[in-house]
Amino acid sequence: MAEASPAYRSVPRPRRIPVIPIVELALLPIFAVLPLVLEDYLTIFVTRVLILALLALSFDLVWGYAGIMSFGQAIFFGAAGYSIALLARDLGITSIFIVLPASLIIGLLVSLALGSFLLLGRCPPTTIFVALGTLTGSYAADRLARGWYYLGGGNGIPSIPAMTAGSYEFVEGPVYYYLAFATLLLVYLLCRFLVRSQFGLALAGMREQEARIAFFGYRVQRLKAIVFSLAGAIAGLAGGLYTFHEGSVWPNMLGVGLSTQIVLYVLFGGVGTLIGAVVGVIAIEIVSFWLADNYQQVWPIILGLLLLLVILFRPAGLISLLVSERERVGTFGRPPRTLPRAAHEG
Amino acid sequence: MALLEARGIKKIFGRLTALSGVGLTVAENEFHGLIGPNGSGKSTLMKCIAGAEMPTEGTIRFAGRDITAVPPAERARAGLSLKFQITSVLPALMVYDNMLLALQAQNPLSSLIFSRTRGPLHERVLHTLDQFRLAARAGDPAAALSHGQQQWLEIAMALAPEPRLLLLDEPTAGMSPEERRVTAELLIPVKRRCSLVIVEHDLDFIRDICDVLTVLDQGNVLESGTVAQVQNSRKVQEVYLTRV
Repeated sequence: MAEASPAYRSVPRPRRIPVIPIVELALLPIFAVLPLVLEDYLTIFVTRVLILALLALSFDLVWGYAGIMSFGQAIFFGAAGYSIALLARDLGITSIFIVLPASLIIGLLVSLALGSFLLLGRCPPTTIFVALGTLTGSYAADRLARGWYYLGGGNGIPSIPAMTAGSYEFVEGPVYYYLAFATLLLVYLLCRFLVRSQFGLALAGMREQEARIAFFGYRVQRLKAIVFSLAGAIAGLAGGLYTFHEGSVWPNMLGVGLSTQIVLYVLFGGVGTLIGAVVGVIAIEIVSFWLADNYQQVWPIILGLLLLLVILFRPAGLISLLVSERERVGTFGRPPRTLPRAAHEG
Repeated sequence: MALLEARGIKKIFGRLTALSGVGLTVAENEFHGLIGPNGSGKSTLMKCIAGAEMPTEGTIRFAGRDITAVPPAERARAGLSLKFQITSVLPALMVYDNMLLALQAQNPLSSLIFSRTRGPLHERVLHTLDQFRLAARAGDPAAALSHGQQQWLEIAMALAPEPRLLLLDEPTAGMSPEERRVTAELLIPVKRRCSLVIVEHDLDFIRDICDVLTVLDQGNVLESGTVAQVQNSRKVQEVYLTRV
């Protein structure tokens, strides 16, 4: 009987070469040396790209791993930015050891509050409910900032003093670049550790069969709220870095426009791989930069068409040109590569 | 004391009354078969017990505790486990990872984040897959399994959290006779570990493994008793002879 069943075939599986680590390792040295070869204005541009990559990473975590469509990542980014801008303007606090942790905590608290409201209700919320809830939040935050005189109204808060470490001032340039680079690298590694852990397996299960895994005992909504808050903290940290890099904050940093831009970065690069989010930001920002330089009148149209083409023909994003679906889903355990025929016989 | 005690379960979907005051009692280590014609409310009753549907009326007590309004995850943690009628393994994940996902479900969050049980559970994953004749497919995506194998994987996953009561909704649907025979073989050792409520159309299969049967018809309990009692019941014979 045993031999007749297909369950007993012994299948040696060829080991596939994982592509994601290759892409990660290829990008790492390039970004490590960029300020050494780029002119200062380009270093400043790439610093901005790295900070936005941090923000995109936060969206990939919520959508690509926890299946929460958040159109509100800018809320946490902007709320942290405004808060530390006020710390610097009104209290003169600019120490990196206070302002960056503070931006992280503000992102965490704001997302925890919004997440509890949207995700921890009595009935599990639908994707549309969460998408509209976060979108509305982003719109409301933008309007609030525009209408509040204390926050500078439509102009935001300009001329924020530089972030400091003792007497050292972080101004835009290579040092700020390496600060952003180190932060992105650290957060990326933490996210990578998380999504490849057993917690990541629970998230993969939630993505595939959300209704099913509750019956194993997973507290699905709680898992979602945790990832949402964590992503909020990352977005907050990005907001802190961005604010001091630009030296100002303005209402768009909270708004629907930026929130949507983040979604596009990740869809363009590829959802649910982490590196896809980073690739998406780099690709869109570099293409925009080049197009704006060369086709000043029509560049937004060209960019829009390009985004449409990728999303239509490569719904899994640019990274899917290299990474298989199997690798994207990931493996979490360590099954033996070849198994003895009918191991349980006897 | 009964392990599960459902009383007066009523479930109304719009104008349709799926259950009109059903009672079900399951003792420790009892294998309880739930049979009845299509649309008699078997799956709805299973869903009410597991928490996938909320009953319109009635109470469900499990292990002495009222769980009528408890969400599914907490019911699972209390020792209730459900295998859905529709196969719902996670197709893109490896068979191994499906099993690990079920086994680690009730681990504390910190241990999941630091993958503390990945090593310790390895042997159990392989052992369980081996018991359910799936060890050789551990590294394949669950989507690549045959229908029967997916059902076995689901049963193995439903048993993974070591439930006190397992609810199986049509585990042998779409299986070959040989696969059904193997499924019965796989389920019999489960008796030492937990109680079972099983919905099945295959009456031979039910007879082979169940101690007690409940027959549902049009949302009501038609008969309940030992297999012999139910087989000899005239009411049941009428329903099965005239409508099935």
